[in-house]
Amino acid sequence: MAGVQVSNLSRSFGAHKALDDVSIDFADGGFYALLGPSGSGKTTLLRQIAGFDFPDSGRIAIGGESVERVPVEKRRIGMVFQNYALFPNMSVADNVAFGLSVRGEAKATIASEVQRALDLVQLGQLGGRRPHQLSGGQRQRVALARAIVTKPRVLLLDEPLGALDKALRIDMQIELKRIQREIGITTIFVTHDQEEALTMSDRIGILRGGRLVQEGPPEDIYDRPKSEFAATFLGDANILRGETTGTGIRLADGTAIAAKAGASFAAGTKASCAVRPERIRIAADSGSPDHLNGNVLKGQVSKRIFAGNNSTYFVDRDGQTIKVIVQNTGMEKLAEGQEVVLRWSPESTVLIAGN
Amino acid sequence: MAGQVATGSRSGLRSALPLLLPAYLWLTVAIFLPLSAMVFFSFMTELPLSGKAWFFTLENYATFFSQGLYLTLLLASLRLGLEVTLWCVVIGYPAAYVLAKVLKGRSREAIFLLVILPFWSNGLVRIFSWAMVLREGGILDTALNAVLPFKINIDLMYSYPAVIIGLVHSYVPYMVLTCYLTLQAIDDSLIEAGRSLGASRLQMLKRVIIPLSMPGLVAGAALIFVPVVGSFMEPRILGGRTGTFYGTVIEDQFVAVFNWPLGAALSFILLAVVLVILALASPVLKRAA
Repeated sequence: MAGVQVSNLSRSFGAHKALDDVSIDFADGGFYALLGPSGSGKTTLLRQIAGFDFPDSGRIAIGGESVERVPVEKRRIGMVFQNYALFPNMSVADNVAFGLSVRGEAKATIASEVQRALDLVQLGQLGGRRPHQLSGGQRQRVALARAIVTKPRVLLLDEPLGALDKALRIDMQIELKRIQREIGITTIFVTHDQEEALTMSDRIGILRGGRLVQEGPPEDIYDRPKSEFAATFLGDANILRGETTGTGIRLADGTAIAAKAGASFAAGTKASCAVRPERIRIAADSGSPDHLNGNVLKGQVSKRIFAGNNSTYFVDRDGQTIKVIVQNTGMEKLAEGQEVVLRWSPESTVLIAGN
Repeated sequence: MAGQVATGSRSGLRSALPLLLPAYLWLTVAIFLPLSAMVFFSFMTELPLSGKAWFFTLENYATFFSQGLYLTLLLASLRLGLEVTLWCVVIGYPAAYVLAKVLKGRSREAIFLLVILPFWSNGLVRIFSWAMVLREGGILDTALNAVLPFKINIDLMYSYPAVIIGLVHSYVPYMVLTCYLTLQAIDDSLIEAGRSLGASRLQMLKRVIIPLSMPGLVAGAALIFVPVVGSFMEPRILGGRTGTFYGTVIEDQFVAVFNWPLGAALSFILLAVVLVILALASPVLKRAA
């Protein structure tokens, strides 16, 4: 087991910069999600760490040892592929045994290690089956058992849950997390699914256009995004744009929005405020001033989407639509077309650099 | 439920009949009828030409067993088939691998075209062009002597190697094509998964790639072995006096000696032997695949 340090890593394919000066420290034993839209470079980064491809410049260290020129078969990593990549000509047990047997381990050692790995993924009884006789979730577990049985230094997962249906995906998320905790292996997980990244990982790195946009624990990124992209890619966010006042921003129509989270900028520069839809209160009348929720905007409900446990209101104001999510508490509903007042606290308002 | 499925497939067959009929009519007229005639001939004493008397006999089949020459020639032809098939694997499989897994795009198309090229040229032209290459003072001899500092004599014409070279050249595209198809179907991520587990390229080849491409190897081997065992054109032209094989003897019976009954009997013995070999090999090959 070992941590992974990626420093100033760059890789271009022709004129396309797939990775542009990326540095991340993957802590020993941590569960790290690389999140980004397609083409963001997250898979390229994973393949560099695995050793399928070498960087143009920069350094990759596993457990302190430089490996950026070491080919994949010598890197001692475990990898789970999106399509599982199980060998169709072998039984489940032989698939799991593959890594040990190419290393020339003794037959008895292989058999007991394979059984342990299969038990760990709760497939102890299915060693004799062929991959095509298994369900998608079972194949996923075999792929995982095959990747960890060799006791790799790092476990790399390339969108491993992408091919599963939703219910199974949630089961596998819990299962994967349990196995990862049990063996304590450094795990790097590529996904484009923000929910998966939020629920599973200790830390998230958001990539865009080959660059690392933001990196940190899920709560940090969610509560204090540093860019409009990070705010809107991880979770949902309303972005209000204007000029900084020192304590917030002033919108084009002169309304002041106070922000107590995020960076601070010199007054007069362009900046944005990000507010999560679930942090906004919505009401039909202005009522008495609310000191906790000092930011106030007026608007008109243009649409309401009922989703069982919550409702999403789309409120139009000054050419912008603001999204508000309200828990279904059984209180009165607001009708489409109704004039409403939105309130939220400065603490829920993140000041970020303007685009 | 089962009844429904059965009626469904029956009516399916009825509607498919007009589509199947032309092919089966053609096969009946073009293959089954002539072949039946040949079976008939193989039991006759004489061809019923110019009113000669003839009667049924097993003599033609007995000839094969009474004269050791035919068995010797059959064994030589089987060995020829085996050797040509092996060379086709040795030459064709690596080419198929490179085509399927290494080359991409334009260069793949170009190399592929070169592989299929022999199919587009006339067989006889191919063989005679090999004769020009292989004979003493031919293209190979002249070229080697132009490069090498010492004098060597290359005269492969009318020899066993010449027959092998000609046959391998004619049949290697089959191996390349069948292996290419199965190799291309192997997902690249399987190879990456193997490498991530620490397997060397040789280990990947032995444990994953060859087993998964076995159906292509088997199909290619069957496509090559069967016609080579009965081949007569390449042995006759490139082999000269050394090129007497089972196939050339059959051809002689038909075109030179006009002993069609014996030629037909020898052909059916060959067919039987080849079928037995394929039947014996199939369980072994199936297990490997």
